[in-house]
Formats: sequence, structure tokens, C-alpha cells
Amino acid sequence: MKLTSKALPNSAEFKANVAAHEDALAQIAEVANTAALGGPEASRERHVKRGKMLPRERVANLLDAGSAFLEVGATAAHGMYEGVAPSAGVIAGIGTVEGHEVMVICNDATVKGGTYYPMTVKKHLRAQEIAEENNLPCVYLVDSGGANLPNQDEVFPDRDHFGRIFYNQARMSAKGIPQIAAVMGSCTAGGAYVPAMSDVTIIVREQGTIFLAGPPLVKAATGEVVTAEDLGGGDVHTRLSGVADYLAEDDAHALALVRRAVSHLNRSKPSTVTWQNSEEPAYDPSELFGVVPADLRTPYDIREVIARIVDGSRFDEFKPRYGETLVTGFAHLKGCPIGIIANNGVLFSEAAQKGAHFVELCSQRKIPLVFLQNITGFMVGRKYENEGIARHGAKLVTAVATTSVPKITMLVGGSFGAGNYGMAGRAYQPRFLWTWPNSRISVMGGPQAAGVLATVKRDAIERKGGAWSAQEEAEFKQPTIDMFEEQSHPLYASARLWDDGIIDPRKSRDVLSLSLSAALNAPIEDTRFGVFRM
Amino acid sequence: MFDTILIANRGEIACRIMQTAQALGVRCVAVYSDADASARHVEMADAAVHIGGSAPADSYLRGDVVIQAALDTGAQAIHPGYGFLSENPEFVEAVEAAGLTFIGPSAHAIRSMGLKDAAKSLMEKAGVPVVPGYHGADQNDSLLAEKATEIGYPVLIKAVAGGGGKGMRLVESEGAFAAALESARSEAKKAFGNSDVLVEKFVTKPRHIEIQVFGDGSDAVHLFERDCSLQRRHQKVIEEAPAPGMNDAVRAAMGKAAVRAAKAIGYSGAGTVEFIVDGSDGLREDGFWFMEMNTRLQVEHPVTEAITGVDLVEWQLRVAAGARLPKKQEELKIEGHSFEARLYAEDAANDFLPATGRLTHLMFPSDTRADTGVRSGDYISPYYDPMIAKITVHGATRAVALGKLRNALAKTQVAGTVTNLNFLHALACHEGFANGDVDTGLIGRDQAMLTEAKPLSVTVLASAALSAAKLDTSASNLGFSLWQPLARQIVLTQGEELFTCVLRFITPREVEIQTPIGKAVAHFKNDAWTIGGMPATHTITIAEQVHVFGPEGATFTLFDPLQQSSAASGDTDLILAPMPGSVKSVLVKNGQNVALDQPLCVLEAMKMEHSLLAQRIGEVAEIYVKEGDQVEAGAALIRLAPDASDVE
Repeated sequence: MKLTSKALPNSAEFKANVAAHEDALAQIAEVANTAALGGPEASRERHVKRGKMLPRERVANLLDAGSAFLEVGATAAHGMYEGVAPSAGVIAGIGTVEGHEVMVICNDATVKGGTYYPMTVKKHLRAQEIAEENNLPCVYLVDSGGANLPNQDEVFPDRDHFGRIFYNQARMSAKGIPQIAAVMGSCTAGGAYVPAMSDVTIIVREQGTIFLAGPPLVKAATGEVVTAEDLGGGDVHTRLSGVADYLAEDDAHALALVRRAVSHLNRSKPSTVTWQNSEEPAYDPSELFGVVPADLRTPYDIREVIARIVDGSRFDEFKPRYGETLVTGFAHLKGCPIGIIANNGVLFSEAAQKGAHFVELCSQRKIPLVFLQNITGFMVGRKYENEGIARHGAKLVTAVATTSVPKITMLVGGSFGAGNYGMAGRAYQPRFLWTWPNSRISVMGGPQAAGVLATVKRDAIERKGGAWSAQEEAEFKQPTIDMFEEQSHPLYASARLWDDGIIDPRKSRDVLSLSLSAALNAPIEDTRFGVFRM
Repeated sequence: MFDTILIANRGEIACRIMQTAQALGVRCVAVYSDADASARHVEMADAAVHIGGSAPADSYLRGDVVIQAALDTGAQAIHPGYGFLSENPEFVEAVEAAGLTFIGPSAHAIRSMGLKDAAKSLMEKAGVPVVPGYHGADQNDSLLAEKATEIGYPVLIKAVAGGGGKGMRLVESEGAFAAALESARSEAKKAFGNSDVLVEKFVTKPRHIEIQVFGDGSDAVHLFERDCSLQRRHQKVIEEAPAPGMNDAVRAAMGKAAVRAAKAIGYSGAGTVEFIVDGSDGLREDGFWFMEMNTRLQVEHPVTEAITGVDLVEWQLRVAAGARLPKKQEELKIEGHSFEARLYAEDAANDFLPATGRLTHLMFPSDTRADTGVRSGDYISPYYDPMIAKITVHGATRAVALGKLRNALAKTQVAGTVTNLNFLHALACHEGFANGDVDTGLIGRDQAMLTEAKPLSVTVLASAALSAAKLDTSASNLGFSLWQPLARQIVLTQGEELFTCVLRFITPREVEIQTPIGKAVAHFKNDAWTIGGMPATHTITIAEQVHVFGPEGATFTLFDPLQQSSAASGDTDLILAPMPGSVKSVLVKNGQNVALDQPLCVLEAMKMEHSLLAQRIGEVAEIYVKEGDQVEAGAALIRLAPDASDVE
């Protein structure tokens, strides 16, 4: 059934919303576009002078002309490490090569020599995780000095640190997910294992090097004096050592060789869902800025968002009269069938049960799920606790946690507390998690957190017979409010890879469709749910 | 009318004849060589007979086989088209002896016009003006030289049995006569088996104007003139009718002379009387001389059809079937003006070297007459004339028709081989030609200007890059990116030159294209690209070849880094054929030491002989061809032993 919008594009409220969202977007765009430049200008110039393509050029020329590029972690490490690691020094994202969707992971040698900061490792691993979950071939465009030594304690030893990269390569290769590397610069120490662990490796002559220890370390250790090229250059590795398979003359040649390697993968997407012809929404997606209130606390009908995302604005709403604060229903997005679970207020027991029911339906039918998160949490209070809201919430959480259908989550507003769990937050391993610039994420709202802390403090003071003025309480609360404000901001979240990136809300349809398309490279397995607390 | 005819020809003329014949309900039998087994004329025919090998001598020139094919298929008549057997009197006699009708003049008429000197004396007797010259049987060298001096330089030496420019030499002064005579004779001998030549006055600002005549054996009419002055090396390039600057009086005088010529030999069928006309001072009633008569349907007959509304092939069929002339002279009128341009597979920029190749794409504007024997996917082989099509337009006035010609040429699309299309377009835009100021030397004088490559425009490069990118315009997320668009390079090459273009998607339907010579923005709207607001130039990309059509068009190769590395090591030992042709002679033997620039072999292509020279001192290691071999462009001919100094 076609949704009907109640938006008034000429209203002052609509226009104010647009202005507020545009401001929020502009802030993100500036951060993202600055990060996209890579390292300092001097490093970039030095890089180009060596005849090397800049990392973004490498990605662009690896992909098919006109390929979409669904970038992951574009603003990773923003505001961290004194700002020296834009995009965490590595570009990651999904694009098509010879028609195949692949995950590209490309080091940026203009950022501290492409060395791995903690967030670089996290981003690399997240990109591999996406590749593994969605059965996407991996292409590594390697140009990295290895682990960032001053940060070695946060890069090397733990489970999800540097070594996990090669573990993932081996595991993916074992699953038949192709691993292809092009060594287009340094590939030192642990980094040497990226090409060595790949199924197919290309190296650029007199530019790519692979060695466990570079010339200075060799000299220090054994006294042997050797050039980088003779130690582990392209000629050596394709002719003598066999560490690499193809010798490329330059970057363009290397990328062409990768493209050729991909063309010989003999892969095709599994047959999963039943596609329809794509259709534009009846309502213009650019109106999203006007229909979503500027202030997170202002309630609005989430169907206004759905109407601007799905094909023909058609939405077969499931159980519309029951548990109305959770909107569930079927739709198509660029031809792909989806089940939507969207918040329309605080979660009650009925809403949670309805959500669990709907997840069961989609799992049974193998329809991918899209979560539109705008959730302050589950309803609190005696009535609700007594009727067992935790039990009903657990049903939803169980269903979301154990379903096998691809889940894609988009934060279109608040993501607070246990609502985040029931709505496929990061811990519930949605295939992708995207956020809007107006979204906020934290365990609870800042004022609520400050209020909880203040109540505890006041109780302590008053127990001792002291007094606490309203002024003192406000001063006590402010740092907590400020901290929550900063840490719940999408830039803060995305910098730490709590999500896969902040997006322009008007591109939601494209982002969701590309995410779905990537996800459907993996077959949809049968679901086996856990025990539902009835 | 005949029930079935056989067309003893191939290519566009075979197709053109079938078109009319089939419209008249006549069944058409095609003949074909090995190379033509799936040619367009075979596809069009109601029946087809294989008559032999690809070389014309093994198929289309084999009169006996052609006649047998006609008998076997129940054909009552044979249409010879032009070229091949069309002016062979022995063939005409053999056709008639087999009880079949030859669609064309009698053997006697052909013979009368076949030998140029005899034809000229015959014409002189019939009162047709001829160019001063010597047409005698005595072929003594010194006598010929004497006669040349008598006529006055410059003179032309022509093969007596010649045609199509073969065995023809222009001699500017006495000193050059002997050498020119020698080479004309050898060419004539080779082409026609007859080395006899004639010598005649060379008209300095000559125009080539010919009169279309049509006879039924007893009566004859003319269908006005065609001007074929735009020639290159005696090959017509653009023909038109009527002739620019023609007036009624001169037309009447020339028409009468041509009809007299036809009647003098009892001519039947379509024929053309060619005159050389002095264009130095306007057209005069006493300023034209008989050159020769072509006793067949002419290549450029469509312009006459365009201005008279007559289907000459239909007339040929009707008259051959015994009918009288379909129209009287006074019933024939000129309506408007017409041009025909001959589209060839040849490299205009490279002195018109003939080319071969698979036509990966071929499209003509729908409102234009295009006579063609090939389709997209067909191969232009080295065995036959590399003509792709004749493009004919008609308009109310010369200016209108010329505008249509420019337009038609601009919209014609050919890919897969080099063509003279841009040259034809440049010619159609030539100011002198537009003013009707034509003579047979025009192309030669302005060849450099007419064949110079146009400077590339941003639009052409942007169109090429867009085409080479092979974008899936059905994708709604074309070029999608979350933030800054990715900059995708498309590297195009032309010879050694490299053009790096960079595509950036602003929206899925808007691409910024940075080229080495400037920036353009392309939009995709209503299923088509516009560049800078104008419709993008038509393009097609087939494999690595990117073709941009139109008068500013160009062909690029999409740079492939994979090819680059494998081609890095150039082989200078091999002598390759620079163009398709036949090996005339091999001048060296295995093991022979050769000097720098020493001729190694001679390749004959079209009407020219090319000596292929050693590029360095060396020893012949292997010879891959022998005299008479037909070779493709790029074929290896001879290999020199590796240079000792190259060996590591």
C-alpha cells in the first residue's frame, strides 16, 4: 500500500528542519572530504613524484569505470592521534571489478608511511569482516611500513590486532573467498604476510618491496649491505623467491593485472531473493531533511522516512494496529525485497513481541531486514517491569541476534540503551551499520545520565546531612552532559568504528541498496533461533 | 521481361542491380568467390552459385564458369555490372553463343570503344571532337617522342587498352618522356596484356565531364552530364550532376556529340561518353573533346538517376529484353542537383593507402541513398576494390544538395577500418568546390589541407572517454560515492600520443570529464549523453577501439597496460607488409647480406608498388612469402638474422 506523507514542504518547520540537517551534514562533509585528501601535502607530493598513484586514484582505477564505491570508515580515527591519521591511513570499501563486488583495502602511504595505528588495524579487520560475512573477494593494495611502533601495545598483541589480518586471510581463503594483493610500495615486517598470505600477488617493479626486515635492520643484524630492490623487490619476488606471482611495470599495470585476476575468479552471486523492477519512491528522498525534526526529542512518524526510501513508497505494514511504537512491514528497495523494522516511539512489550514475530517471518521467508533506529529505549516503570517487559524485550533481542538473514541497520535518530540491542546495534552484527549526521548514540541520554549521577551524589550528601544547591547540582551535571554530548556524536562514534560510516541521509536508498547487494553475495542460511522466553 | 537473370558481379553494384530487378519481379542469381561466400549480394540473391577462388581471375573473371552458372540456374540473361567482365567482347559473344542475353551493348560496340586510338578515329569520323594526339599503330619509341613534341608538352601517355588510370603517365617535358613511356608500357602490359600506348595533349585546367547515354540499338538519348572533376590519381572521388557552370547550349552540344557517338556504333544499353573539358575560361561549345566511351553502367550512375528520376538498371533490363527506349529525349528533364561521394577503406592521411579490415560498425543516415555491398561485421578483403559505399544526395539546388552531402557524410558511421570519410567531408566543405570552381587538379593541389587531421576538440575527447568507459547507464548508482567522487582515468591513445581523461561523477547522471585540452561536463538525459549542453558526438567502442563519428571524429585505442608491457620489446628484424597487397617480387635470397635501405621486396597495392627496405645491415634469415602471394597488412614478409650486437 502506498504511504501518504503529511509533510508540508512550504512550512516554516519543514524549512527549519532542512537548514538544521544541512548544517549537520556540512560538518560531516568537511571532515570526510579533508580525510579523503590523505596525508600532508608534502607527503602526497613525494608520493606522486615517485610515479605512484595516490591511494584514492588506485582505488578509482582498480574499480570498473562508473562503479559505485561504498566506502567503509571514511572518517575513521577522526580527532584521534592528534589528527595525523585521516581515514585511519587506509581506504576500505566495496566496488565492482569486472562486474564482481569486491572489498578493496588500500593503504595510504602518505599517512605516516601507511603504518598501522590501532584504528587502522580495527578498520582493516572490519573490512575483512564485511568481506567474510558477505562473501566478497578481497583486494589489498599494499603500501605500508607495518605496525606503528609507538602504538605497538595497541596494535600487535591482542586477538583483534595485527595478526588477525593474516588469520582472516587464511580463513577466508579456506572458505573460497579470493584474496588478491598488489604490492605497490613497502610491505615490511608483519605486513609482508599480506601478499604472502594472498592467493594471487602482484608486485610493482622498483616500487614494491616485501621483506621481513628492511635493509637497515639487516645491516644491524648481520652486517649485510643490500638495496631494498635486491632484498625484496619485484624482480626478486617474481623471479627468485616466488613470494609474488606477477611483475607490474607501474601502478596502472598492477591494477590491470588485479582486474584480470578478478576476471578469472569464476564466481557468480548465489540466487537468493526474488527481485522486482526498481522504482523510485513516490516521495522525493531529498525531502528527508524536511520531514525529520531537527531536534531528536521531537517525535515524528517514521513512515515519512520509509516513504522516501522504498520503491514506489509502497509499504505492506504488518500488524499496524498492535504495538504501534514499532513499525514493521514489507517493501522493496531498488527491486530487492526487504523487511523493515522501524522505531516510532519507546518500545513496549507488545512492540517487542511484534518485532520478534516479524523477524521470524523474514527469517522464514529469507527476506533481508532493514532496521531504522530512532530509539530512546524500552519503557520503564512498575507496570511494565511487572508485566515482564524484560522477557518480551529478550524475545526481540534473541530473534535479532540469531536470525540468519542479512541485517542492515541505519541510525536515523537516537540510539539509546537496550533499544540499541533490540534494533540490531553494532553488537548484533548487522552486515552494515550506517548513521545519519543527526543521530546520537549512548547508553542513555546525557541529561538522564547526569541526573542519575546527581541523584546518587545528592543522596550521599543528604545522608551526611549536607545540602546541595541547585547551582552546585547544575555545575556537577554539566561535565557529564558535555561528555555525553561529545561521545554520542556520530563523528566520535564513526572515528572509533562503532559504525561503518556517516552518510548523507538523502543517499540512504543508494547506501541501503548497495549494502543489500553486497550482502546478497553470501547465500542466506536457514535460521535457528535460540530459546524464546515465553 | 526476363524471369531470371544472373549478376556476374559482386559488391554494391550487384546489390544495386538486384534491388531493381527484384522490384520488377525478376529472380536474381548471384555468383560468388570463396571470400564472398557470405557477402551481402549473396544474401540478397534468390539463388547463388559459387564460382571459384577469391582472386578475381579465379572467379569473377571466369566467363565460362559464369555462363555455366547462368545455364544451371535457368537464367535467361547476364548483367555484368561494371568492371570484371562488363567490357569484354569475347565474353559477350560467349554469352550469346550460349543462348543467353547479355545486358549491355553488343560485342561490336564494346570492341569499337575498347581500343582508345581506334575509338578516337571512329569518333572523329562521326564528327565528335577529339583531343589532338597520336593514336597510331607504330609504337616506335622515337616516333612516339616525336609525336609528343608535335602535340606540345605537357602530354599524356595512355594505355591503348586502358581504363581506370592504369598505364597512364603525365609527361611535363621532353626529357621525362622516355622513362614515363617505359613505365606506362610495363603497367599496361601487366594490366591489360597489351603494352601499346597513345599520346595526347594534356589540357591544363581540365574538367572531366561525361554524358550518360542510353541506346536501344537503333535510337539513343542522353541523360545529361555528370561532372567527375574531383579526382585523385584519376580515381573519381565526388561526382555531381548537373555540372557546375553548365549552360543549355554547351549541354546540348555535348549531348548531341555523345548521342552521335552512341549511334555511330549502334549502341544498346547504358553507356557513358567521357569528355575532357577545358575549364580555364568557362564552358564553351568548342571546348570539349571526346576521351573515351565506357560501354557499361557507370559507378556514378546514381547522380543521373537522382536528377532525372530514371532507374537506369530498369532501362537496361527493359531494353535488353527487347523493349524500345522508355523515354524520348524531350521527355527527359533535369530536376535539382545531385552529388555522389565514394566512401573507401583507405588511409587518406597516409597517401590514401588502401586498407582492409572487419567493419565492426556501419551506419548510414536514413534519409540518404547509400549503395553498398557490405554490412556491419563484413570484411573488406584485399582481393577487391575497397569501396565501402556510394553516398548519394539530391537537392533542389546545388547549394542545398551540397549541404545534404556534408550532413550525410557527417552522419555516416564506419568503424573497423580507416576510411576516407573525413577527407570526403573536408572536400564537401572545400570553398572552391562549393563555388563550383572544379577541375581534376583540385584534390592534388589541396590534398594536404583536405587530409590534415583536424585538431581534437574537448567534445571529441570527452565523447571518446565516455564511450570507452562503457558505463552502465541503467545503473541508478552510477559513480556513487559517499563523499568525494572517485576520479577514474580513461587513457586513450592515437599512435604514440597519450590522452589521459579523468571521469568524476557529480551525480549518477552528471559526469565531469577532464581531458588534456580542457574540461567538459556530460549529462545523461532521455537515454542519451549531452556534453556541454550539446548532444554528445556519436561514438562506439568495440574491443579496444573507440570511434568518435562525425566530421571532427577520430579513432582512439583504449590504453591497455597489459598490452603495453608485452609490446615493450620491439622487433626490428621483421619486415612487415605496411598494407594489404600482393608480393610483386622478392629481391633477396636466404643468407644474403643486405645493406641499410636495400630493397628487400616489392609489394604491390592498388596501383602502386612499394619497395620495402632493410632497416639495418644484416643477413636474411627467412623469407615467408613468394612472388604473387596476397598478404594482409602487418604480415611478416622477411626476417633478418638477429643482430650480433644485440645479443647479450
